[in-house]
Amino acid sequence: MLTKLYKIVTSLRLTVVLLALGLVLVFWGTLAQVNLGLYRAQNDFFRSFFIYWAPGGSSWRIPIFPAGYAIGWLLLINLFAAHFRYYQPGKKKYGIAMIHLGVVLLLFGQLLTDVLSTESMLHMRHGETKNYSEASSQYELAVIDTTEATTDKVVAIPAGRLAKLGEINQADMPFSIRVQTYYKNSALVEKTGPGYSEIAVTAGFGAGIWWRELPHETVMDRRDMPSGIVELVTPQGSLGTFLISAYLTRPQEFTHNGRRYQLALRGERFYKPFTLHLLEFKHDKYPGTDIPKNFSSRVRIERPATGEKREVLIYMNNPLRYDGDTYYQASFDPDNQGTVLQVVHNPSWLTPYFSCVLVGLGLLVQFGTHLVGFAKKRKVA
Amino acid sequence: MKALLKALPWLFLALFATEIIVVMLPKKDSAMHTADFGRLPVLLNGRIQPFDSVARNSLLQIRSTGDVPLEEVPSWKFWHHPAKLKSTDWLLEVFFKPDIADSRPIFLIHHPDLISELKLGDKGVEKSGLRYYTFAELENRLAEISAQARTASAIEDANRTTYQKQLLKLANGLLLYQRLKSSIQPEDTHNFAELLAKFQAALPAGLAALRAQQAGQQFDEAALKRFSGLAQQFDEQANFAYPLTVPPTDPANKDAWLNVGASVLSTLRGGGSLAPAVSFFARMATAYGHDEAAEFNSAVSGYKNWLLTGFAREVAKGRSEFYFNQIKVFLHATIIYLVAFMLAAGALLLFGPAPQLSESLRRSAFFLIGLAFVVHTFGLIYRMVLEGRPPVTNLYSSAIFIGWGACGLGLVLERVYKIGLGSAVAGLAGFVTLLIAHNLALGGDTMEMLRAVLDTNFWLATHVVCVTLGYAATFVAGTLALAYIVLGVFTPVLATKAGTANLGKALANMVYAIVCFATLFSFVGTVLGGIWADQSWGRFWGWDPKENGALLIVIWNALILHARWGGLVRDRGLMNLAIFGNIVTAFSWFGVNMLGIGLHSYGFMDAAFKWLMLFNGTQVCLILLGLLPVRRWRSFQLVQKV
Repeated sequence: MLTKLYKIVTSLRLTVVLLALGLVLVFWGTLAQVNLGLYRAQNDFFRSFFIYWAPGGSSWRIPIFPAGYAIGWLLLINLFAAHFRYYQPGKKKYGIAMIHLGVVLLLFGQLLTDVLSTESMLHMRHGETKNYSEASSQYELAVIDTTEATTDKVVAIPAGRLAKLGEINQADMPFSIRVQTYYKNSALVEKTGPGYSEIAVTAGFGAGIWWRELPHETVMDRRDMPSGIVELVTPQGSLGTFLISAYLTRPQEFTHNGRRYQLALRGERFYKPFTLHLLEFKHDKYPGTDIPKNFSSRVRIERPATGEKREVLIYMNNPLRYDGDTYYQASFDPDNQGTVLQVVHNPSWLTPYFSCVLVGLGLLVQFGTHLVGFAKKRKVA
Repeated sequence: MKALLKALPWLFLALFATEIIVVMLPKKDSAMHTADFGRLPVLLNGRIQPFDSVARNSLLQIRSTGDVPLEEVPSWKFWHHPAKLKSTDWLLEVFFKPDIADSRPIFLIHHPDLISELKLGDKGVEKSGLRYYTFAELENRLAEISAQARTASAIEDANRTTYQKQLLKLANGLLLYQRLKSSIQPEDTHNFAELLAKFQAALPAGLAALRAQQAGQQFDEAALKRFSGLAQQFDEQANFAYPLTVPPTDPANKDAWLNVGASVLSTLRGGGSLAPAVSFFARMATAYGHDEAAEFNSAVSGYKNWLLTGFAREVAKGRSEFYFNQIKVFLHATIIYLVAFMLAAGALLLFGPAPQLSESLRRSAFFLIGLAFVVHTFGLIYRMVLEGRPPVTNLYSSAIFIGWGACGLGLVLERVYKIGLGSAVAGLAGFVTLLIAHNLALGGDTMEMLRAVLDTNFWLATHVVCVTLGYAATFVAGTLALAYIVLGVFTPVLATKAGTANLGKALANMVYAIVCFATLFSFVGTVLGGIWADQSWGRFWGWDPKENGALLIVIWNALILHARWGGLVRDRGLMNLAIFGNIVTAFSWFGVNMLGIGLHSYGFMDAAFKWLMLFNGTQVCLILLGLLPVRRWRSFQLVQKV
């Protein structure tokens, strides 16, 4: 029984079956994007173990096809097992070993990227300076003590905690936050429509606005816009209920015990030990047309700790790699007066480079030896 | 007889080489130096190009041909070359003899509902079953056409009916034609030089009156009216003209080309004197309109000499692109590929029964493929120099390059196994890909500028070239496999001896080698694409349809190799897998673009979708044929009998 299993796991037959399944999966996952959108298709087909089927809208989830993780892991196991079984050191096998090592590196690198990388956005208007980037899909509730003139004190509560509702206490917050309602995605309107209800709050602005909960956004260029109602509670009593929402462009403000506070639901912020200052954004077009030729942002980096101060130009296909992060020219304001840089933190970004070299060389070695052997044989004949 | 067979390959080579040389020799211009006019540079689509390219690409968009046939010749009289109006000559008519241009049947309408809706049943001329209409016939339907086109353009591309698509194409063609008509002189002008003189004469008094009016003082009403009436014509022209024809007067700002209307209006600020180009165009317009060849020629050469002082590079670019348009290298390569394919196919079929004739045909095919490859390479490099880019920048050039790569591989195969198969594959692949390229060119300018992300020669030269070579190799493997199955099932050829083994075995070796080559290029190309994405978007892999398409090819080639190493398939199975590789590659090359999603989508193409499905259908049929039991294969029956 065990030998049989060993034979199956190490067999090339399994490799071929898995590759065929992979082919079907990639093809299916590509077609599925037409209806599901890129993001959901990615999660359903590639970033999960199985593709599930829910018959007739029921809550059942029946696995019907292996998805990316399952096929990926099985291929890895099969690869290691087969090498263990068949590998004999020798000139002939170096190519094969290199190719597969490269593939393994690529797959692991992507797995690490999935787990470790974070993406955020950095939006700057002309002349603006920033020392943080903002996540585009994760939100946080920032409670900001703005009493001091020079520095703000910020307590940030991740959106995941808000979604659990209930009371939130923090040692450096003189009040607790009671989350009454939280919608992960929502719509706010000034006049009512079908499905909307009126927002009832006792403090700040928000009363008279209508809202409704929306399903999770799957379209690629759109994102979830959460909203909620929180009550601030002190031992002496309630400070009132406030509307928090990603739609609000200015924070809710209140005072408590003579200190001034702001409350804002905003993209999660990643602070840097340096500042970026937008000197100029340029949107070049080909002469006489509207075809974009280049987008570029001239940015000044200032790092007080080291005294570093320099200018860099970030443009298409030429990102800035700095302090473990990479800054890409991603978008711009419609009036061409502001830039949006995408900030990616990905510790395993180099793996594809190594993998490409390894596999490329491996394939050359392998097929080269074949070719030389073939040529020799023909000469003899 | 023997001598004839020996000479045959050289005869073929001499015949086609002579044709190519004749095509490439410089041609004499007509009495009216229209070719010289066609070489003059303008700025359009963000790039310097000759008037001839403007003409050719406009005609391709309007009429789907590069020139206008002037007489009806039944298609079976293929030796009779019908008289044609060349692209530049057509453009000159549009510019300077609009009445004649309006009577040329160039607007193609083939949707019967559209023809009856526009009440055109009794009009137009028919050619090869298609109906062409003149602008004059359509002129009083313009309002109706543009009203319907507005409705249609509000609908998303994928949801439009064929009627709506036809209508939009017609409306776009008409708009383009009208824009061309007012590109040099305002519409309905009969003497451009005179109009300009009038404008300049009216300018001082008119401007003075305008200033006085704005300052609230008394002003000369008649002078203002005369002036503004003229200025309005140029203003309309400035908004409507198509190419930018007037080079910048400020040599420091090389990109600031203007159209004639805008250039004339700019004299309002500059204080009066017209740009030299406008005066030259005015002379050309009047001379061409009155058939005065000497005056037209002197205006054209005068303008060219003026350009040479500050715009020598632009003049050179116009000249070389004009030459490239004239020689039509890819058309000639297509013809040679087809002939070579037929010769090679003949050689394969006569392999057993008439070995000497077969060898003569094989050599002929090989020589011709060599010639076609040289011509193809010449065209490819010429385009690269014109664009200043690596070979593949869009779908059109990918077709040219895939054909080139496949042909190169075929030549190598033929050098190694002298049996005609390499030539046959090269001929077929060259012919089909250039045919595809020809159809892709109907969309207009094939040397359009590259959007910001793509504007990087490094990645175009590495990632794109690798992936495209991977496509080419996969197609070559698939085509060889087709040959294996067709020859094996219907002929005894596979059993004949070729070198040490039989032809069937040799074919299997070829397919295996090509699949290895394809794996190398598609894997490296795909990963390089990921690295490019990491450089420009901050992610290595995003499961974008085009990325997935490339991945499918890698997976499929890897599957073929593992299946073969694992002994799961032998020669016949290898062939069937390789044919399926054609389907995978076609999906990756064209299919993903048809999904209309993702970062690489170039728009939905339904005509191409039909062809893709037809192609996939034929491939599936061939795979089914390949699954026939071996005893039904003529090649293997023979082996068993022996």
